[in-house]
Formats: sequence, structure tokens, C-alpha cells
Amino acid sequence: MRALSLHLAVLALLLALHFVLPAYHHANLARIMVLAVFAMGYNIAFGYTGLLSLGHALFLSAGMFGAGLLIQHFGLTAAPALLIGTLAGAAMAALTGLLALRTAGVSLMIVTLMFAQAGYLTLLYFGAVTGGDEGFPVPAAGRVAFGLNLAAEGPRYLVALGLFALALMGNLALVRSRFGRVMVAMRENEERSRMLGYNPFAVKLGVMVLSGLYAGAAGAFYGVMFGYVGATFATIPYSILPLLYVLLGGAGVTLGPLLGAVLMFYLIDLASSHTTAQLAVTGGALLVLVLFAPKGILGSLRERGLASWLP
Amino acid sequence: MLVIEGLTAGYGGAPVLHGVGLGAAPGKVTCVMGRNGAGKTTLMRAIMGQLRASSGTIHLDGEALHGLPAHEVPRHGVALVPQGRRLFGPLTVAENIEIGLMTRRKGRAVREHVLDLFPRLRERLNQQSRTLSGGEQQMLALARALCLEPKVLLLDEPTEGLQPSMIRLIRDTVLKLKATGVAVVLVEQRVEAVLEVADSVAFMAQGRVTEVLPAHGLTPQSPQFATWVGV
Repeated sequence: MRALSLHLAVLALLLALHFVLPAYHHANLARIMVLAVFAMGYNIAFGYTGLLSLGHALFLSAGMFGAGLLIQHFGLTAAPALLIGTLAGAAMAALTGLLALRTAGVSLMIVTLMFAQAGYLTLLYFGAVTGGDEGFPVPAAGRVAFGLNLAAEGPRYLVALGLFALALMGNLALVRSRFGRVMVAMRENEERSRMLGYNPFAVKLGVMVLSGLYAGAAGAFYGVMFGYVGATFATIPYSILPLLYVLLGGAGVTLGPLLGAVLMFYLIDLASSHTTAQLAVTGGALLVLVLFAPKGILGSLRERGLASWLP
Repeated sequence: MLVIEGLTAGYGGAPVLHGVGLGAAPGKVTCVMGRNGAGKTTLMRAIMGQLRASSGTIHLDGEALHGLPAHEVPRHGVALVPQGRRLFGPLTVAENIEIGLMTRRKGRAVREHVLDLFPRLRERLNQQSRTLSGGEQQMLALARALCLEPKVLLLDEPTEGLQPSMIRLIRDTVLKLKATGVAVVLVEQRVEAVLEVADSVAFMAQGRVTEVLPAHGLTPQSPQFATWVGV
């Protein structure tokens, strides 16, 4: 009950912020919420199941290009494009998982990284269709869903909040479900789970697909809402970004990705206004985090018993 | 009836078990004894499919278990309580039990049955399993295995490091399971504990079963214990 109340309170706070935030932070928060959905998907794989992937940029860009290309080349409207983009993320994750999940640990990191790089190079290779390095702006006509103009700040924030709310409550339901327990069991001891009759490959593949669904949704909404689809989103930094968000906010905590995304976004934003070496500042912050709160902020609070009920 | 014949298995191509033969009948306790490194835990792992047998067979009630993927073996009615318990630490007692139940569909009745066997767990349902005492953790590991409603229960040194009251509880549970027709294969190093529950004792050395004897003919002074176990 406490956990549900906290989640609803966070959503209420985000709604309230819609009415009071100045334009700059309002736009930032809409972006952060979509990125937090991406990180939430990553958290399902890494935080709850222990799958350390470095290929999530592939799923993000599958969603983004899946939606964007359909709007650009086939004139689809936003709603079906967003749906297909989301499913493209899940499909790409299924395909990657079928091959990559035959490995584990460091090998999984490397194999997923290679898949993501292959995806990035494919986008560049078919530059005539994908826009290559430069990408392409999403046509204005394709940014209207159910009468809402997603290019406008107000509807964009509310749609981002709606997506985030759906993802967050879905995440909460997932970790409280039986499948959620199996995910944790798999992370804690795969061999023991197998001895209880669970097929680790099937469970991990299911997790990967769910994770890809979240990443695909984030990619599709990000591209359509902010009006740009580009191969940059398929690069390695976009595979590392959700890992940083999750590590900072708290791996294996439902609200960790949001907290991590907010803090990391503003840390980079602040640092970049003072120095061009903003990544060094980010690296320093992560170093402090790893030394003093290795489980992330919410993870450490939970571990120290201050919020042991956090799901 | 679990029947193992000519089982050879090991790690990375190096065999540890050499042509092992063993049987476990319903309602009987078969104890496996031997020095460290004799292959007892390897035998448990091989039965569970965690190690691929290079030769030999394992049958349960006529069904072949050898060659099955490891996650299929529990579904055929074999459960293992491994050495060192290996619980899912961050999950609560209730969640650990729930995970044990998930591959079977009988849910509530089985849960109640295992909690009746271990009333102390019922008092700690919402406690994280990593915070339980050693004895309670062993109860939970046993409870979780029993959720699978096994025909054959493999126990790998379940009393290791436990206080006497817990050892008695584990012994009583083994006897209750035996009475319900479960075939128990117990790896144990303590002679007294073995003689209290065993119907037969299989001695192992260097990856082979060297002798299988009925327990009623053995006493703590029997030379087999000194020869094969070193006590």
C-alpha cells in the first residue's frame, strides 16, 4: 500500500509540475520522462534480472526509426506509427535475445554491444532511407495523435506523463507479479532457479522482450514528440545512458530510473553550461556514487533499511 | 523408483563419477557417505541434470532423466536441497515458497502443507530470507523443494553447521517424508544421523560406489565408516 501510494504521489507531483514549471524545465521534464521509460526498460533487464546489456540503443532506435520511417515514407499518422515503433523495439529485442542470451556476463555485454553497433552501421549504410548521419525531421502532419499536437508543449508533456505513468504502473505490477519474483530469482541464482524447474533462457528472453518494448516505446515517442529521428540514438552512448540512470537512481527499484534520469540530465545540463568537459563531471559523480552508494540512491536507502519496502 | 546405472559424469571433460550405480525406492531413505571429494555432490548434480552424463542412465519410474535439460528434471519429480541452502536472499519467505510452487499448479494446498511441516516459517512469511537464522534457512530450502511435491528428494548435507534442535527437526521431517512415500537420498557425514534415518547406506570413494549395505546391519563401530568415511 505504501509503495502504491508513493508511486501515485510521484505521478501526481509530475502532473502538478505541468502547471507550475517554467517553459525550459517543462520541456526538459517531458524529455526526462520519456528517457526514464527507456531506463525503466533497462532496469527490468539489468536491475531485476541481472542482464547487463550494452545494446539497448538498438531497441531505442528500432522504436524511433520504426515510427519515424513509417511517418516519413508511408505517411502514417502518429498513433499507428507509435504502436508499430513500440513493437519494433520488442521485436528487435527478441531477435537480439535469441542469439545474445546464449551468453552471459561480460560476453553478453560484448555481444549486445556488437548488435547495437551493427544496427548503427546499418542505419548509416541505408542512409538514403534513414537519413544517415543527419537523420530527418518528423513531418508535422505525423506528429498529431488523437487530435493532440505532440509538437506543442502542453500536449507533449501530458502524453509523456501518460506514457511514463503507464510504464511505471506496469513496472510496479510486473515486479509484484510471480514473473517478477522469478526475474529476481534468476538474478540471484540462475542455477537454483533451474533446479526449481524454470527455464532460464525462456525467462530471460521474456525479460529482454519486455525491456525492448519499453525501449521501443521510448524511442518511438521521443522521435515523434521531439520531431527528430537520427542515427545518433543508435550509438554507444545511448546504450550506456540508461545504465547510468539506473546505477544512479537505484538498480532494481521501480523509481530508480526516474530519479537517475532527472539527476543525470540536470548534472550534464549544469556541467555543460560551465565546461565542455561535462562527461568528466558525470564520470566524477559516478565515481563518488560507486564509492559511497554502490546500489544507487534509492537502492542504498532500501539496503540501509530506510525504505526497505521500496519495490 | 530412482535407478542410476553406470553413470559417468564430471566437469569439463574430466570425469568425477565413474560408472556409478544407485537406487532409491519410495518410502526409503538412502544415505550416501564418503570422504570429501568422493563425488557425492557431483552425483547429486548429475542426477539433477546440472552435469551432463557422458555415459550411463538415470531412470525415475521407468522414465529416462538422463539427457533432459536441467530445468525439466524437477518437473519429473526430483528436487534437490543443495549444500549451503542457496536461497533467494532479497525475497521474503513467502516469495521463496511461491517460487517453489510456480512450476506446479496446486498452489495453496501445497503451500499450507509445507508450512504445516515448518510452523516457524509461517511466523516469518514476510521476513527477507537472508535475515533468517541458519536453521530457518535450511527449513526454507527444504520447504521450497517440497513445494515441487517430489517423488525423489535429494538432500546434500542438510544438517551441516546446524544446532542440535534444528538437526532433530530436519531428521523428523525426513522421517515424515519417508512415511509419505517419498524416496529420500541423503548425503550426510555424521554416522549417528545416518543410522537414525537410513534404510540403506551407499559408500562412495573416488567417484565410485564401493559398497551398498542395509542400515540395520550397521553400527557406529562398523569398519565401513572408518574405511570409507574416515570416522
